[in-house]
Amino acid sequence: MSIVLFRRCERFLYPGADVLATRLPWGRHNDTRQRALDMGRTRLLVVGGVFLLVFVVIVGRLVEITAFASEESGREARRAPKTMVPMGRADITDRNGIVLATSLPTVNLYADPRVVLDPEEAARKTVTALPDLNFGDVLEKLSSDKSFVYLKRYLTPNQQYEINRRGIVGLSFEQGERRVYPHGPLMAHVIGAVDTDNHGIAGLEKTFNDRLTVHPDRSLSLSLDVRLQHIVRDELLRSVGEFRAMGGTGVIADVHTGELLAMVSLPDFDPNGSQNASDAQFNRATLGLYEMGSTFKLFTATAALDGGSARLESRYDATNMVKFSHFTIRDYHPQNRWLSVSEIMIHSSNIGAARMALEAGTKTMREYLDRLGLLRPLPLEIPETGTPIVPNPWREINTVTVSYGHGLAVTPVHMATAISTLVNGGIHRPATLIRRAPEMAESGERVLKPETSRHLRRLMRQVVEEGTGTKADVPGYFVGGKTGTAEKSRGGGYARKALLSSFVAAFPMDDPRYAVIVIIDEPEGNKSTFGYATGGWTAAPAVGRVVARMAPVLGIAPVHTDWTEQPVHSAIVRMVASGAKE
Amino acid sequence: MMRAIPFTRLDTSAVGRWWWTVDRWTLGAVATLMGIGALLTLAASPAVAQRIGAPSFHFVYRHAVFIPLAAGIVWLVSLQTHRTVRRLGAIGFLVSMGLMLLTLVVGEEVKGATRWITLPGFSLQPSEFIKPTFAVVTAWMFSESRASANAFPGDWIAVVLYGAVILLLLLQPDIGMSLVVSVVWAIQYFLAGLGLFWVLLLVVGGLFSGVGAYFLFDHVRSRVDRFLDPDSGDSYQIAKALQAFHKGGLIGTGPGEGRVKEVLPDAHTDFIFAVAGEEFGLILCLLMVGLFAFVVLRGFARALRSDSLFVLLATSGLLVQFGLQAIINMASSLRLMPTKGMTLPFISYGGSSMLALSVGMGMVLALTRRQAGEGDLP
Repeated sequence: MSIVLFRRCERFLYPGADVLATRLPWGRHNDTRQRALDMGRTRLLVVGGVFLLVFVVIVGRLVEITAFASEESGREARRAPKTMVPMGRADITDRNGIVLATSLPTVNLYADPRVVLDPEEAARKTVTALPDLNFGDVLEKLSSDKSFVYLKRYLTPNQQYEINRRGIVGLSFEQGERRVYPHGPLMAHVIGAVDTDNHGIAGLEKTFNDRLTVHPDRSLSLSLDVRLQHIVRDELLRSVGEFRAMGGTGVIADVHTGELLAMVSLPDFDPNGSQNASDAQFNRATLGLYEMGSTFKLFTATAALDGGSARLESRYDATNMVKFSHFTIRDYHPQNRWLSVSEIMIHSSNIGAARMALEAGTKTMREYLDRLGLLRPLPLEIPETGTPIVPNPWREINTVTVSYGHGLAVTPVHMATAISTLVNGGIHRPATLIRRAPEMAESGERVLKPETSRHLRRLMRQVVEEGTGTKADVPGYFVGGKTGTAEKSRGGGYARKALLSSFVAAFPMDDPRYAVIVIIDEPEGNKSTFGYATGGWTAAPAVGRVVARMAPVLGIAPVHTDWTEQPVHSAIVRMVASGAKE
Repeated sequence: MMRAIPFTRLDTSAVGRWWWTVDRWTLGAVATLMGIGALLTLAASPAVAQRIGAPSFHFVYRHAVFIPLAAGIVWLVSLQTHRTVRRLGAIGFLVSMGLMLLTLVVGEEVKGATRWITLPGFSLQPSEFIKPTFAVVTAWMFSESRASANAFPGDWIAVVLYGAVILLLLLQPDIGMSLVVSVVWAIQYFLAGLGLFWVLLLVVGGLFSGVGAYFLFDHVRSRVDRFLDPDSGDSYQIAKALQAFHKGGLIGTGPGEGRVKEVLPDAHTDFIFAVAGEEFGLILCLLMVGLFAFVVLRGFARALRSDSLFVLLATSGLLVQFGLQAIINMASSLRLMPTKGMTLPFISYGGSSMLALSVGMGMVLALTRRQAGEGDLP
């Protein structure tokens, strides 16, 4: 080939022909043309050289790709296209970064009925592609004279493919995003919901709607801990089922920061499903206002001790029931003797609490309840918060009833905040659902003397050690608390059989870190409780189980104590394993 | 070979003379390319046809009609004398220009560009015919203005015609065709002895036009961006093409065994080289590059021997066009440059392109025929 290519075919010249050539008309006296021709030839060699070079490069590249470029071609094939669709709404995570709410890209199917050629055929094809649609509905939509109707939202890629494959004129897809809650009902009440336009309509989704949409790349970190939330929900479900209650709520708070680590309200719902307004959407923990019952005696003792009207060893006459205007105050566990402050707590004496409150005085009682935040609206980040129902006007009789938790209704989160203040040394911090770094914790407001807090811790521990709350005890964790059993008010009076049974607790009592509140709405007693449905029999065991499960998760080691024969850790293991049936 | 010669030296008929004077090596190379084209169309196009819902052999049948037609055109045109070629170029150029103007009015818009005139059973792309005919006209103008001392304003006419052609092409718009026409025209001007200052100016102007196209046309920018940074956009097609070459290896996966034709939308035209690489391997690819290089360089060598400036300029222009198209197509598939839709001469499916290339190649053969005297046209 090369021979052929480069062989210069010299023109054969007869002898004398070179002379002859100069006589030819076109070769004579025409230097312009000859010079141009010479230059053209020279330059053509340059062009030819360039072409040759390019062809050589192509050959080189061919060999390279075929033989050596496996790495490059492989890499390019492997590399997924960077089509991360930017979402318009930020994720919500728990305190450890577990995703609680996220947005996924999806498509919505809509139609322009004016463009649809044959509504009947289009509807038939649509229904074969999406069998969950109703033929009649689709036909009606496609036959309308609107220019835009949604046929179905949130199609899966497979469904989109099925629609595309049928090539129905007039149907189009709209890019959208869908809010997804991977944990289902676990956090439903806290996180809330968005509407079809991804606009927050409840819970944190509503409160932080602007924050989530303005910074869609920065996730919102909550104070909640998925693990604790799961434990509380699990144990609460068990108790609600066991006592055939209509509902329940459970809260865990960090007593030093005010952060809520768990907040459960039963019954709950799956936020990923269709949302129909129902009782399940009611957030008992923040919106439910309840007369709490005996747990309020802790606040009565706080007012008396911190206000200076009583000391721990002060004694009150509980020998007989007390008539106060048309109320008769009687005890559930009558002791019929004079009781110390400790004994009033241990035996949950209404008479003693009433006398303690009267001695402290209405003004002091109101003052301390207000300091603990129990008379103010709940300052929480979600919109569904309750404002306490406070007696108005507040007469002396109200002081008496409030002393044992009736006539004043607050939310469970109010209780968690107040209990935290009682045990953390007397610092009041508003509850929060947003994660706070330890150094970012609110400094809080001192509302009690540290000494009062110490007394309250002792009282709460005594209730669990020897009082109505023994079923909440977990060996090694020094659980302290107070039982509460309130009769729910029904149409002006109180219903004997409709109880609100609760247990408010904190642990470990030698250095409290967490407050745990469990409230069970209308439990029924059963054989295992000998028919009792009080807080000590229904809510206290649930608190004990929650503590036994959450402490190892949070890395709190049990403390070995002399008063139990068994090694502590094995007792806990047994307790967790057996579900703390005792 | 000797026994296959159908004509004796004594045969002085037109065909007989043609056989003895035409460059049979180039003729053979072109015929081989056409054969490879038929083979590859058979391999690549059924997948494409099925994807667009046409009968499997839709493109194969059409290609089978075009090949003899193209061969006939090559032969007929190569029979002509230099003077006829020149006339053919001039007339063809005027007709093509007219049709391009017509395209703007009655043209059919395909993929965002108006390039086609629909005829029954066939869509004609007039701009394809501009390329060979304009090369001949340019060569005529340049050589005429250098033919004698008395100044024929050939250069100026060439400049004006060039402006008109580019304007029409950009109106369609057809960036790729503009590029080819511009390069051919510039090289012809260069060969015709353009001053080095002007050469420099042309190069700079070309660079500026390239930058201008980048900012003016979105699809140009997107393709250049994706070439420079494959991650910046969808580089799926080119990645698949590269994979195909690698998969094919030295001897290929075998006819019909390739997969790349199933995923690339233009497997029978712009990416046919990748199909060749996958199914027939490096050997066929090298043969194809070799054939293109041979046709171009041998044509140049024949042009060098001519004493006619017109022949030199026209032949070079036609061959530059032919070679440039091949280079752009192959380099695109090999990711040596941003992807540019360009047919691979005589290989890719495409009627207008093939017929126009046949006209061009016929002219090359006609111009490079050995002639007594080999002097310039009077």
